Amino acid sequence: MADAGKGHACGVRRRGRDDEIKLVGFLCNWCSYAGADMAGTSRLAQPAALRIVRVPCSGRVDPLLVMKAFQEGADGVLVSGCHPGDCHYNEGNYYARRRLELLKRMLPYYGVEPERFHYTWVSASEGGRWAEVVAEFTAAVEPLGKLHYAGGAPAAAAGEEDGDG
Amino acid sequence: MRIGVFVCQCGTNIAATVDTEAVAEAAMSMRDVYHAESIQYSCSDPGQRQVIAAAHQHRLDRVVIAACSPRMHETTFQRAVIQAGINPFMLEMVNIREQCSWIHEDREVATTKAIDLVAAGVARVRGQVPLKRGRVPVVGEALVVGGGIAGIQAALDIADAGMPVTLVEREPTIGGNMARLDKTFPTLDCSSCILTPRMVELKHHENIRLMVSSEVTAVRGYIGNFEVDIRKKATCVDEEKCTGCRICEEKCPSRAPDEFNAGVGESKAISIAFPQAVPLVAALRKEHCRQFIKGKCGVCKKVCPADAVDYEQEDELHTEKFGAIIVATGYRLFDWEGAYPDYGGGLYPDVITSLQYERMLSASGPTGGHIVRPSDGREPRDIVFLSCVGSRAESVGRPFCCNVGCMYIAKQAIQTREHLPDSRCYVFYMDVRACGKGYEEVYRRAQVEAGAVYLRGRVGKIYPRGDKLVVMGTDTLIGDQVEIETDLVVLAVGFAAAEGAGELARRLNIAYDGYQFFTESHPKLRPVETTTGGIFLAGACQGPKDIPASVAQASAAAAKAIRLLSREDLETSPMVAEVNHMRCIGCFKCAEVCPYNAIEKQKLHDGRTVAVIIESLCQGCGLCNVACPPQVISLRGYTDNQLISEVVEVLR
Repeated sequence: MADAGKGHACGVRRRGRDDEIKLVGFLCNWCSYAGADMAGTSRLAQPAALRIVRVPCSGRVDPLLVMKAFQEGADGVLVSGCHPGDCHYNEGNYYARRRLELLKRMLPYYGVEPERFHYTWVSASEGGRWAEVVAEFTAAVEPLGKLHYAGGAPAAAAGEEDGDG
Repeated sequence: MRIGVFVCQCGTNIAATVDTEAVAEAAMSMRDVYHAESIQYSCSDPGQRQVIAAAHQHRLDRVVIAACSPRMHETTFQRAVIQAGINPFMLEMVNIREQCSWIHEDREVATTKAIDLVAAGVARVRGQVPLKRGRVPVVGEALVVGGGIAGIQAALDIADAGMPVTLVEREPTIGGNMARLDKTFPTLDCSSCILTPRMVELKHHENIRLMVSSEVTAVRGYIGNFEVDIRKKATCVDEEKCTGCRICEEKCPSRAPDEFNAGVGESKAISIAFPQAVPLVAALRKEHCRQFIKGKCGVCKKVCPADAVDYEQEDELHTEKFGAIIVATGYRLFDWEGAYPDYGGGLYPDVITSLQYERMLSASGPTGGHIVRPSDGREPRDIVFLSCVGSRAESVGRPFCCNVGCMYIAKQAIQTREHLPDSRCYVFYMDVRACGKGYEEVYRRAQVEAGAVYLRGRVGKIYPRGDKLVVMGTDTLIGDQVEIETDLVVLAVGFAAAEGAGELARRLNIAYDGYQFFTESHPKLRPVETTTGGIFLAGACQGPKDIPASVAQASAAAAKAIRLLSREDLETSPMVAEVNHMRCIGCFKCAEVCPYNAIEKQKLHDGRTVAVIIESLCQGCGLCNVACPPQVISLRGYTDNQLISEVVEVLR
C-alpha cells in the first residue's frame, strides 16, 4: 500500500495530573456492558476514572490481561460479567470466577493490594447496581493512590507495534 | 492502513459534555488516522452519507465511530461502511454517550475520557481484519415445550403455516391449567368448550407430533440447529392400543391423589385425568400402584380389553433436531400453606384454593358441579374470598400481582350466586384490577347482580369456631376490624413458575428471574424472544398472564418461529476462535473448556494432531483463548493483541 502508515504513535501521554488514578474495566458484552449502558440511559452520574473495554464474556478475561493492565499503569482493574447461572455462553463466568478468584489471592504476592482488583456480576437490567459498583470500586482504589507496578516486563513495551498480531 | 474517525455530537446528547471538535482533533494525531471530524447526527441519513463520502475521499479502509453504544447503532453503521466498500468488521464503535457524556458533568473530564476511548477504538480497529459471515442451514422444524393453551396455540399456528412441530408435554394429557377451569372471564365461556376442540385439532394435525408424558432433558446446538434429548416416561400403557375405555381406572384398587382436580377427591393409580383428555389414554403412576409397591396385583392388565397395559414398559429416549423452540411451560399455584400459618396453613379443610373451587364448579369435576364444604359435604351459605394470597405480598417474598385474581374472584362470585342462589359472598381485596377489555363489567356484575360484598383490606387470621370458620380482617375504608363467620373460605392464590422451570431454563440456556419466570429479551420491544437466539416464550412461563394474553403471546412466538423456520440458512458471526496449527501442541485443554463441543482433533500430514475449531458451532466466548497454554488460539475480533492495545491506549 502506498501509505506505509502515519509515522507517529497514537499520541503522547494524555493524562495530566500524576496523582489521578486510572482504572480499567473488562465488561461482558451481554450483561454488564449493557448494564453500564443502562446506567447511562438513566443518567446515573459516576466517577470518571474507569475506562471500559468490551469483551464477549468474562471468561475471555485472561488473568494475564489483568496483570498486563497493572503493568501498563492501571491502578485498579475491574471485571464484570453475567450473574452465575446467567452466562450467555452457559458457563464462561464460572471459569472467570475460578481464574479471577485465584488471581485476587495471588496479587499480594506481586505487591498489588487485592483491593485494586475486583470482579463482580452485573446484569443488563442492573444499571443502578453498575453505577454503585463503579463508585464503590473507585472509592476503594482512591485511598491506595498510584500503583507504579512495573511487573516482570518493562512498561515501555507499550509501543503496540504488533497491533494486528 | 487508513483510518477515519467520526465523532458524533448526537445533537447535544454528547456535545453538551464532550468537546467533540477537540476529540476529532486529538484523533487526527493518532496513528494511521487520516481523517477525523465531528458530525452533528451521525446516524441520520445525511450523517451516514457524510461518513461514506469521507471514506471515499480519504480512501479509508477502517472506520471508527465515536457515538452511542454499539448495542444501539452498530448494525446501522456496519451497513453504512458496506456502502463505502469497507468490510463491516473494519468498523469500530466507541461508546461516548451512554458510558461517557451521559454519566459525567465535567466537560474536561468527559472530553479526556472520550479521547482515551477513541484511542482505544483506533488501536482496536488497527488489529481488526476483514471477516466474512458464514452460513448454516436451518432445520425447518419447531419444538414446543408445554401443552397448555399457549403451547397448543403456538403449535397449531406453526403447523397451519405448513411447518412440522413436535409438542412435548410432561403430563399424560395436554390442556394444562386451562383444562381445569370451569368458566373463563370476562365472557364466562365454558373453558372446556373452547379448549378441547383445539386439543383435538392438535392431536389430528398432520404437521404435529404429540409427545405426552415426555420431558426435555438436554438441549445442544444453537439457533436454527438445536439438538434436543426428549425422555418419554414409561406409563405402562401402550398409547397405540389404549382405547380410553377407563375400565382399568374403575377396577384399580390403588388410590392416588387427584392432581388434576387439585386434590379435591381421589384418583386411582391408573387413570385418565379427565374425560376430554388428549390423547385419551390411561397412564399408570408407579409410586401409587400396588403392582409396583407390593409386587402383586395385575388387575388393570387383567381387565384391559385392548391388552394395552405393560408393566415392563421402559422410558424411551429420543434425540431430535429443531430449528426453533417455543417454551410454554405455564405456571402452578404458589405453595401457600407454608407461607400463611395464620390462614391455617392447610389444616382447615374448608379453606381451599381458587383452583379447588374451580374444580367444584365444574360439572365434570369431582363434585359434579356442586359447591360443598370439603369437611362435611354440606352446601355453604357464606363464602369468603381472599385476594392476593401469595401475590403483592412482600412479607412472603411474592411482591408481584397475579394478573388474574381480581377477575376470577368476580367470576367465581357470579357463578356462586348461580349455583347457590341463597349464598352470600364476601371478598377481601387490596385493589380491584380489572383493566382488560370487558373486565370492569364483570367486576360490576359481581357486585350488582351477584351481590358480592367487597371489603377493602387484608385478612389477618382465620380460625375455626364450631363447624364454621371465622375470618378476621380489616376494612380499611371504614377503618375498623371486621369479623365474618363463614362456611367456606376461598383463597385466590398467586402464580408460581411451573415446577422445574429453573432447571429447564438452564438446559435451554435462557434467563429467568428470581421467581423462575423466564425472562424476555426486552420487556417492550422483544417480548417473546429470549436472550438465546431461536428460543421463544409463550404464556405464563414468562410471568402471570390471563388466557387472552397467553394466546396472543403464543401467536406472536409462533410468528417469530415461522419467520426463522422459513429461512433456508442463517448468517453466523465470524467472531469465532481460530487456532494457529503451526504452533498448536495438541494438548486439547481448549476442548475441555469449550461449552459447545466446537473443538475437534485433526491429524495433519506431518503426523501431529492439532485442535480445529468447528466454526458453525463456535459461539465466540473466548474461553479457549484463555485456556491455551502456548497461546495459539485467537478469538477473532477480540485477540490478545487487540485487547492489550486497547488497555495500553486507555492508560496512556
